[in-house]
Amino acid sequence: MTYLYRVLGFVAALALSTGVLSQELRIGLASEPTSMDPHYHNLSPNNSLLSHIFESLVDQDERQRLKPGLAESWKAIDDTTWEFKLRRNVKFHDGTPFTADDVLFSFERAPNVEGSPASFAIYSRGKTLTKVDDHTLHIKTAAPYPLMPNDVSQIFIVSKKHATGAKTPDFNSGKAAVGTGAFRYVEYTPGNRIIVQRNDAYWGDKPQWARVTFRGMKSAPSRVAALLAGDVDMIEQVPAIDLERLKKDPKIDVAQIVSNRIMYLHLDHFRDDSPFVKAKDGGPIKNPLRDRRVRMAISKAIDRDAIVSRVMEDVAIKAGQLLPEGFFGVSSKLQPVAFDPNGAKKLLAEAGVPNGFRLTIHSPNDRYPNDAKIAEAIGQMLTRAGIDTQVVTMTSGVFFREASSGGPDKTPKFSLILAGWGSGTGETSSPLKSLLATHDPKKGMGGANRGRYSNPEVDKLIDQALATVDDAKRQDLLARAAEAAIEDVGIVPLHYVVNVWAMRKGFSYKARADEYTLAGGVTKSN
Amino acid sequence: MVFVIRRLLQSALVVLVMSLVVFVGVHLVGDPVHILINDDMTKEEVERFARQLGLDRPVHEQYLHFLGNAARGDLGNSFVHGEPALKLILERMPATLELALAAFLLAIVVGVPLGMYAGLKPESPASRAIMTGSIVGFSLPTFWVGLMLIMVFAVMLGWLPSTGRGDFGTWDGLRHLALPALNLALFKMALVTRLARAGTREAALQDYVKFARAKGLSPSRVVLVHVLKNILVPVVTVLGLELGGLIAFSVVTETVFAWPGMGKLLIDSIQRLDRPVIVAYLVITVVMFVVINLIVDLLYAALDPRVRLSEVKP
Repeated sequence: MTYLYRVLGFVAALALSTGVLSQELRIGLASEPTSMDPHYHNLSPNNSLLSHIFESLVDQDERQRLKPGLAESWKAIDDTTWEFKLRRNVKFHDGTPFTADDVLFSFERAPNVEGSPASFAIYSRGKTLTKVDDHTLHIKTAAPYPLMPNDVSQIFIVSKKHATGAKTPDFNSGKAAVGTGAFRYVEYTPGNRIIVQRNDAYWGDKPQWARVTFRGMKSAPSRVAALLAGDVDMIEQVPAIDLERLKKDPKIDVAQIVSNRIMYLHLDHFRDDSPFVKAKDGGPIKNPLRDRRVRMAISKAIDRDAIVSRVMEDVAIKAGQLLPEGFFGVSSKLQPVAFDPNGAKKLLAEAGVPNGFRLTIHSPNDRYPNDAKIAEAIGQMLTRAGIDTQVVTMTSGVFFREASSGGPDKTPKFSLILAGWGSGTGETSSPLKSLLATHDPKKGMGGANRGRYSNPEVDKLIDQALATVDDAKRQDLLARAAEAAIEDVGIVPLHYVVNVWAMRKGFSYKARADEYTLAGGVTKSN
Repeated sequence: MVFVIRRLLQSALVVLVMSLVVFVGVHLVGDPVHILINDDMTKEEVERFARQLGLDRPVHEQYLHFLGNAARGDLGNSFVHGEPALKLILERMPATLELALAAFLLAIVVGVPLGMYAGLKPESPASRAIMTGSIVGFSLPTFWVGLMLIMVFAVMLGWLPSTGRGDFGTWDGLRHLALPALNLALFKMALVTRLARAGTREAALQDYVKFARAKGLSPSRVVLVHVLKNILVPVVTVLGLELGGLIAFSVVTETVFAWPGMGKLLIDSIQRLDRPVIVAYLVITVVMFVVINLIVDLLYAALDPRVRLSEVKP
């Protein structure tokens, strides 16, 4: 008898599971999150996955434009105070209502997580929160701060009730992983899978999927194979080399969008005797990279079209500034510098180095798509223009330490480096502040300015922009700052990376500039 | 008993030296701080993080601090995950053990009979085919074979899942296990086949086999009892060591098949310079090898009564 029940139960379960299957989504991730604590590690894979479970006051759409999240509106009520109106009738997954107290708690917790490798303090610092009532909040800063909504969009709101006293492992186990998002936490097995299920009490548009399974598949060929075998419905970070084939496959669809990540060269702007620049005969030479004409010659000697089509297999777009068209703060004037080897030689001659010089370009080899190959291509292009270029690539752990502070007195060690920058805020103040503003750790400026570029005009424009709350005026100031810095060749822009997803036929994905893979953006047509 | 104690002391020394080498090695390779932080962080925030992990201090101080904690059984917290390194590794051990043991069994069950057949009938076409196959088995790179298995059985035929792990002991679990286990077993299978063949060819000419035949024992008894027992000593020795390798370094197979085991954890940790996990992993590996070697030595004695567990007097 029990046997019969068991068989019946099995059949019933089977019937149910096929019903559920059509609402189940399986996603293959290239990089897994390192934790389920939304304030532990400020890293794309973490933020991407955790935005299923948690939300912030301000949301970003697929092109990183701001839109209402847990706050239904916000405005600057004076130069230094922002008012956020919180959404009513939002409930956490356990049914407790969401109020301003949860926001206050989350902003207090975010910068203070023990052992956090990349802290959220960069978004919460300098802000004082005051609760006006349960659904109104004031955030004050010492000076005018236009990026308030952008910063606020980066801090996930956790439940005060569940997260009080909770440590990172409590989130990993699910105990404290209670948010307001469209999905609830079900399972987190590091290295294996993460499962979430639909939150049927969600305040916004409910996703099509009752249950979503994310699997970490680091190896790119395996990820593609899993998709082709039908073991997953969608994969992220499709390797460029497989893209053509997948596009031709009738069972596969592809979604792509230009990302917020620019690849660029940083040059030594601050030393007269640069360690990796030598005269043709190997002797010392006064650092030619400090001459704008030489920097422009380098930019002209690079065939960006060739890099995009040959090295990047067309999964990139050539760049003329810091962010692609359509992002906030980009200039309409700046265009990619055209490939012009003769012009480059002429500029070198004008700058007094007609026969070129010797140079070493340093690059990471495991951080960005095809990073080492790009560096090698550039090495050949520069050599052709008369600058004898050696290419040295290394693992990113070594590269970033040396490139940031490997020289004497913790100065940057290299003369010319290849690196990339993704704008978390989705507007140009992020790369301007970090890559091109004068290096000043106390001010929090030029943090990744590994060429120590310094231009008072650019600094002034950035400072002005960062103190201008009016959007139109700030857009103009940022564009002018970008023009001043790029026309002076503070960095040499190469290309913007394109993000690619691939999915089984019938599924579609709203591709995102921020590399996030969100189940809510996946739909299936029947 | 003295034998066992001495072996354990030796291993403790090995663990100590190994931890020092790994510590210094990882330190030379790069700075985990620069991999983990976000470029937007201010200098103070970066320094605070380095201080929290103790990375601002000189290496020898960090090492002594590590030894102090290790003596109390604390191998440190992962820089990346913020959880105890030991816990992370132990959580993933079952998956790796499942995979390694399945591959191990597969290698023996397939390799020994094939090898014995090839040893008994060295001239037959089947034997030649087996030996050629074994050369292919250990000369093809694991990751390539893995991808080919996925292409054929998952993508083209659709018989088996391409990646991931199912629940242990279920049909689904076995289906997920099949390809990675075969992939991991292939090399060992070839090895066992060749060992078994060589052993069998040698044993078949020995006097005791001739005598057994002359006594009129059935051919199957001669082969399955007398020959098999005698070829097992080299097979067990090699497999013992190989089992350690299977468990500790199934990195490639685990990565190709997205198998949630320790190997994948190790490779991720090396890429992120997550030193506590790397050190803890290698400590566990050394301990495991020592234990396996010990078991192999004990098995010897069981298989070959001439072997006595004693140290050779100098």
